[in-house]
Amino acid sequence: MASSRSLNRLSVTIKGGHGGSLEVARARILMMRALFLALYCVVAVRLFDLMIIQNIDLGEGGEHINVSHFIDPEQDLKVRRADIVDRNGVLLATSLKAASLYVDPKYILTPERTARALSEMFPDLSYDVLLKKFQKSGRFVWLKRGITPEDQANILKIGDPGLGFRDEYKRLYPQGTLAAHVVGYSNIDGQGFMGVERSFQAMLEKGSDLTLRTSLDIRFQHALHAEIAQTMQKFSAKAGAGIVLDVQTGDVLGMVSLPDFDPHAPTSSPKNTQFNRVTQGVYELGSVFKIFSTAAFLETQKNALSVTFDAREPLKRGRYTIRDYHPEKRVLSIPEIFMVSSNIGTALMGETIGAEGIQSFYKKLGLMDKPDIAFSEVGKPLYPRPWRDINTLTASYGHGIAVSPIQLVRAVATIVNGGYKVTPRFVLPESEERGQGTKTRLVSQETSDVMRSLMRLVVTDGTAKQANIEGYDIGGKTGTAEKPGKKGYDRKKLISSFVGVFPMNDPQYVIFVMLDEPKGIPETHGYATAGWTAVPTFARIVKRIISFQAIKPQILHNNDFSQKQSVSNIVYGGQE
Amino acid sequence: MSFLSRTDKNVLSTWFWTVDRTMLVFVSILMAYGVMLVAAASPAVAVRIGLHENHFLVRHVVVLLIAVVGMIFTSFLSPKGLWRLATLILGAGLFAMILIPFVGMDIKGAQRWIHLLGLSLQPSELVKPAFAIVAARLMAMQKEKEHFPGELYAAGLFAIIVLLLMMQPDFGMSFVITSMIIAQIFLAGCRFKYLISVGVLGIVALLIVYSSFDHVRSRIDRFLDPSTGSTYQVDKSLESFRQGGFMGAGPGQGTVKLHLPDAHADFIFAVSGEELGFVFTLLLAGIYLLIVIHGLRKMEESEDMFSILACGGILTMIGLQALIHMGSSLHILPAKGMTLPFISYGGTSLLSIGFAMGAVLSLTRHKKRARIVSRRVSR
Repeated sequence: MASSRSLNRLSVTIKGGHGGSLEVARARILMMRALFLALYCVVAVRLFDLMIIQNIDLGEGGEHINVSHFIDPEQDLKVRRADIVDRNGVLLATSLKAASLYVDPKYILTPERTARALSEMFPDLSYDVLLKKFQKSGRFVWLKRGITPEDQANILKIGDPGLGFRDEYKRLYPQGTLAAHVVGYSNIDGQGFMGVERSFQAMLEKGSDLTLRTSLDIRFQHALHAEIAQTMQKFSAKAGAGIVLDVQTGDVLGMVSLPDFDPHAPTSSPKNTQFNRVTQGVYELGSVFKIFSTAAFLETQKNALSVTFDAREPLKRGRYTIRDYHPEKRVLSIPEIFMVSSNIGTALMGETIGAEGIQSFYKKLGLMDKPDIAFSEVGKPLYPRPWRDINTLTASYGHGIAVSPIQLVRAVATIVNGGYKVTPRFVLPESEERGQGTKTRLVSQETSDVMRSLMRLVVTDGTAKQANIEGYDIGGKTGTAEKPGKKGYDRKKLISSFVGVFPMNDPQYVIFVMLDEPKGIPETHGYATAGWTAVPTFARIVKRIISFQAIKPQILHNNDFSQKQSVSNIVYGGQE
Repeated sequence: MSFLSRTDKNVLSTWFWTVDRTMLVFVSILMAYGVMLVAAASPAVAVRIGLHENHFLVRHVVVLLIAVVGMIFTSFLSPKGLWRLATLILGAGLFAMILIPFVGMDIKGAQRWIHLLGLSLQPSELVKPAFAIVAARLMAMQKEKEHFPGELYAAGLFAIIVLLLMMQPDFGMSFVITSMIIAQIFLAGCRFKYLISVGVLGIVALLIVYSSFDHVRSRIDRFLDPSTGSTYQVDKSLESFRQGGFMGAGPGQGTVKLHLPDAHADFIFAVSGEELGFVFTLLLAGIYLLIVIHGLRKMEESEDMFSILACGGILTMIGLQALIHMGSSLHILPAKGMTLPFISYGGTSLLSIGFAMGAVLSLTRHKKRARIVSRRVSR
């Protein structure tokens, strides 16, 4: 070919003959063609390398690319924190994947424009601060964590390559404040800080396959929360608390401490809102303690129900004088003492039992030690040390000994459930073994039966008549205690509480309502005692429970203790 | 093609039957690629900088049509008309480049643009093909008249252009023009020992550029050792090729363009990689090679030194520009802002390439040979 022939003449000079220079040019054109062919082959090879070989390296679909500066080796999404649900599966806490926005100042393209767009989108991000962050020397600055998909789409539309996202899990509490103290909260790094979130941190952080089923029933929780909040407002109470406990299993069905806080922003509420008044707070609860002293009397004394005590005169022991709130000024039987809530009578009972008897009984019921429950916020009870004789008397009617409400309901549950030990629990076991496992008897069946009758009596004839609901077997005990002030007890500052049980013939729930410093109102003739505040609240809670649990009314036996009759027969027999 | 019969003697028909139709097909395919890729890549860029999403696409199509008209018009010209037009463009272009320091616009750190009738023009783009033609003419004249110092004139022009380019500064364009003139000297039959000397000089020049221009140095440093600085654009570009794979994401389906500031211009090849996949991207590269090879083969038949030198220079320019663009986005060359001929968005670049291709078409038309031969015979 002409071109190959001309290869021999490649070095002919520019100044060669005219035809000759054309020959040279043609030869050199051939060389140029070869050169371009070679160069384009390099491009083709590189294309093959990138698009076929390296693409295969990425695996199926080639979706995820490791571009060094965009993907941090530590980026790998943390394990999704387990959900928390109530006993019926209602979601209490869940983790949703949410993008968090950061800036890589090195790649920010249009700092002013991007800062302006972001500050318009999020009022909490100011233009100045953003601009400052865009100029930092580092490669990673958080801008906003946990953004909605909609906001993320809008940020992507800004289109600045310096903005990046990392997926994080955002903890959400669909019930909001409703169960704040039980569920607790955790921070963005998956650290539980309160309640179940803290107590079961190890289990929760393990991951998503697991769902933590709490003992809570959101309906009970709501009934408690709504009624106590309403009563607090009505009586301008400083605080309120309530708990519903299953008397057999110890399941905490509802637990409320008010005022409460938003678990999404725990720090935005005053610090004291995080205080759990049910488990952490210890209170001198007053007359509700008569349940325990009376039970102790029944347990320790023979023919206890035939004993009577003289309540005609205030009781004088040393420099102390014990008075009744509504003095009966007569000799009272044990049921009468309990029903009218006589301090004198109860103190005399306590004196009869003796310091050791009272203390050991209280200890047996778990009132003297920090409760052994699986919950992070637990308060320790307070009682006099050393324990003097007078303390035996006052402790009988709930003075000089402070316990947390959860300890109280736990002890009450034991008293009414036939005498077995109850351990409050917040989380349900994997598989319920009903009736199995060894029950620890703490109190005799007889004492339990009598106590239930006595508590029923308080509602039918005693201080808690407002708790009576026609057709439902409700019992309980009121407690109105003066709060300790700077100089002794303050008559104006009360802790009004009521612990109720129902149905009394086959106890299921023990419900406790407590109000901190309720103020009397005209409707209650200025009274702020338990009978006027905690008791009606309890009744309304029970009504709610009756309706959503569809509990049928029943024909009730006459309580043999009522009309102050003989005490020989007890309605609530073991056989029932 | 019944409306363009071989026997027709009107201008259009004559043009159609004498022009290099294979080349026209190649160019049309490139233009189709270009419209598709600009349509895919530019909305993301336009929206990002606050323009209407079709801003770039509409402009691209309009300028493309003007470029096609310009190309066809140029292809009608005789060699004489061609180098006259080229001289005119070169003169105007040089004048504009001298003006730039006084009236030019600063875009992305370099003064290359001049505002004219609502359009921003980059005179250096137009100077490039015009210079190839004028230099070819000067060198060819020296072949005919021994005492005409055409090569000296061409060298002088080259020096002026490179000086003006370095003032902007535009290293990439200088490199293309330098390669172009070397190709022409090579074709003109320069001895290898001179070429080697020029090559050595070129390396020295590169070293000087490397040491005196910070942005060039940082780009070369980054190319040689990616850890020395930001390789954001190249990382993104490579990512898009890997994403693309054999089949590609489909036109418009790519995501990397969202993160590439110049996806519609300097990194449009990366968009092709991600969206069109291996086969069509390889085809795209192949068409540039075909244009160069086919054009050079046509020149082998030419009897005219001017045609050979002009076409050789222009084809080198096109082939090299495409290579640099592809090489940058494939990370086999340092990142260099270079448009992909016929494809990238960029008004002046399109007009320039239209003119350049028009010149090639004009010089490779069949009847030219007959006429040139007869002229030579008559001489």
